[in-house]
Amino acid sequence: MTAIGPAGLALFRANLRALPRTFKESLVRQGPPVSDRSRSQAVFGNVFLHLHATRVHIRTLRFSTTMALGVATASLFAILVATGILLMVYYKPATDAAYQSMKDIHYVVPTGRFIRNIHRWAAHLMVIAVILHMVRVFYTAAYKAPREFNWLVGMGLFVLTLGLSFTGYLLPWDQLAYWAITIGSNIAASPRELTDAVGITSVLDPGGFIKQLLLGASEIGQEALIRFYLLHVMILPLSVVALLGVHFWRLRKDGGLARPGVAVTTAGKGAAVAGTPPAAPEQSPRKTYGLMCIVRDRTPATNLDPADTLPSWPFLLRAELLVFMGTMLLVTVLGIRFDAPLKELANPSIPENPAKAPWYFLGLQEMVSYSAFMGGLVIPAIVVLGLALIPYLDREREEPGIWFSGPRGRRMAVQSLIFGLAAAALAVAVPVEFGWIRSWFPHAPQLLIIFVNPGTLLTLAYALWSLGALRRTGSTRMSAIALFSCFLAGFVVLTYVGSQLRGPNWDFYWSSSRWPVH
Amino acid sequence: MSGRLEPAPIPRRDFLSLAGLLSAAAAVLGSLHGMARLPRPRLLPEAGSRFRIGRLEQYAAGTVRVLPERNVRIVSTAKGVAAMSLVCTHLGCIVGETPDGFRCPCHGSRFDAQGAVVGGPAPRGLRWLEVSRAADGSLLVDAKREVAPETFFAG
Repeated sequence: MTAIGPAGLALFRANLRALPRTFKESLVRQGPPVSDRSRSQAVFGNVFLHLHATRVHIRTLRFSTTMALGVATASLFAILVATGILLMVYYKPATDAAYQSMKDIHYVVPTGRFIRNIHRWAAHLMVIAVILHMVRVFYTAAYKAPREFNWLVGMGLFVLTLGLSFTGYLLPWDQLAYWAITIGSNIAASPRELTDAVGITSVLDPGGFIKQLLLGASEIGQEALIRFYLLHVMILPLSVVALLGVHFWRLRKDGGLARPGVAVTTAGKGAAVAGTPPAAPEQSPRKTYGLMCIVRDRTPATNLDPADTLPSWPFLLRAELLVFMGTMLLVTVLGIRFDAPLKELANPSIPENPAKAPWYFLGLQEMVSYSAFMGGLVIPAIVVLGLALIPYLDREREEPGIWFSGPRGRRMAVQSLIFGLAAAALAVAVPVEFGWIRSWFPHAPQLLIIFVNPGTLLTLAYALWSLGALRRTGSTRMSAIALFSCFLAGFVVLTYVGSQLRGPNWDFYWSSSRWPVH
Repeated sequence: MSGRLEPAPIPRRDFLSLAGLLSAAAAVLGSLHGMARLPRPRLLPEAGSRFRIGRLEQYAAGTVRVLPERNVRIVSTAKGVAAMSLVCTHLGCIVGETPDGFRCPCHGSRFDAQGAVVGGPAPRGLRWLEVSRAADGSLLVDAKREVAPETFFAG
């Protein structure tokens, strides 16, 4: 055993003095990033930054390429996580306390109202952004090989976003929340419409199974609230985080953003790291092959042309920060300007009249007003499945990154949008004007009511239209454009009708000023 | 050619790793199955489905009473007393009374005064509930037991 002598003490003091420096060195190995090379190395070596490639194509940075929708969606999700955690400090998921805790957040908690407003508007904007992002990716053919799987991941994120919105507005336990749970859980139970009509509910009851799983009881109450709370704050956000990670990672691994003029390799890598790799210089672990050929300094001669690319740091990071700040600004202004609604305390005896879901579900509510099972489950399932399969059914090789794949596709999109708008308007107008099967044949069998309704006929019309497009043009891409445009048009029309033209008892009114007073 | 197909022998290492993999999969599936049982309680928390609505004498013919906390409408006619659920058979909203029957505020289903569907998405008519007499002589409605429409309890 050695006594700590003066030499040992001096060493210890020196280590202590050096602590800030040695800690910093252990944290950031590269030192301050001063050159393109060291910045690239930082992007390469940092666990968070390395979701980015070290260099990006200049086209990626143009607003017209992405319209910043993907980063905006991700920013909104980050804002939602932050504000959501803050709201969890006060929110109590109990039927007799939830509404009061919302009131507390609104009126008592410092900045509570503001944070809740931001959470609400960011959620709405995220739904918009995720839809527009999908529209952008679709029309620029950015779902094509090798990006099919990432399109699927995106569809998963779309569904999760809607699930988060739905479970979110249930939590305040106000009138909107209570009747939304009622309707939502009964839609989940709506396969019973079919099993009842066929008479096999006592043997096979998938609807009742799902409903009971969601509600945890036979009626809506505490069990249901805690389950939706669990979905909203734990299961769905964690799923989003996991899928977002995959989404970003695949974006990079599939060769960055889709752009014209890039030969797609089977390995799924784009130009950024394409080319024949030279042997990795093993003696210098920091100078990996990847970095040697992508930074601007002296690089070994490869077949790679780094022209038209820029270092991600600072260009991409700056662009992302800009989009994030813009998103923050938008939700902050909305949060200051508009209060998030809170309706009256849940009343299980009297639904509001009309009882409307938030705007993004009103198209669905319109469909559900024709048939719960078809409109609430089957048609949405067909739409999601159809969208998900697009990249696998349309495998035409073409240059990605061009809007509508050229003028022919633009024409097809416009025609299909017009057809889609007209067909959807007709599908709504006919039952409003003339009634539907039940008003003509009061004793029509229930199966007929379920399967033949404006919603299913509209879906069929869209499918036939895109089949016709396939026949006319012989191109699966054109057919996909036709189907997608129809879907967009139908979504817009039904959402508009549901939100603006439906009044008490879901009757049709041209304006809410004509609603009967009661 | 021996004329008989002998399966290719599996190397012991492959067999063991396959067996290990399969047993791990079986363990994971088994525990997932066990975990999936947790969210489905054997006993569902719920209020009793039967409730008293007073005595038969309180219901003179022509009486209509709505019990908002039960979403049930009690009607009394010369034929007796009957109870009808006001829960829409479409998606569970509470129907409102109109001059010619009932309307659902959520998706516009229409029912006539007897609760039969006359329009909208509802798959079937409103449910009529069993009315009976409890041991103490008061009337009892069971929200779980459905009876044919226009079934009146006359005592």
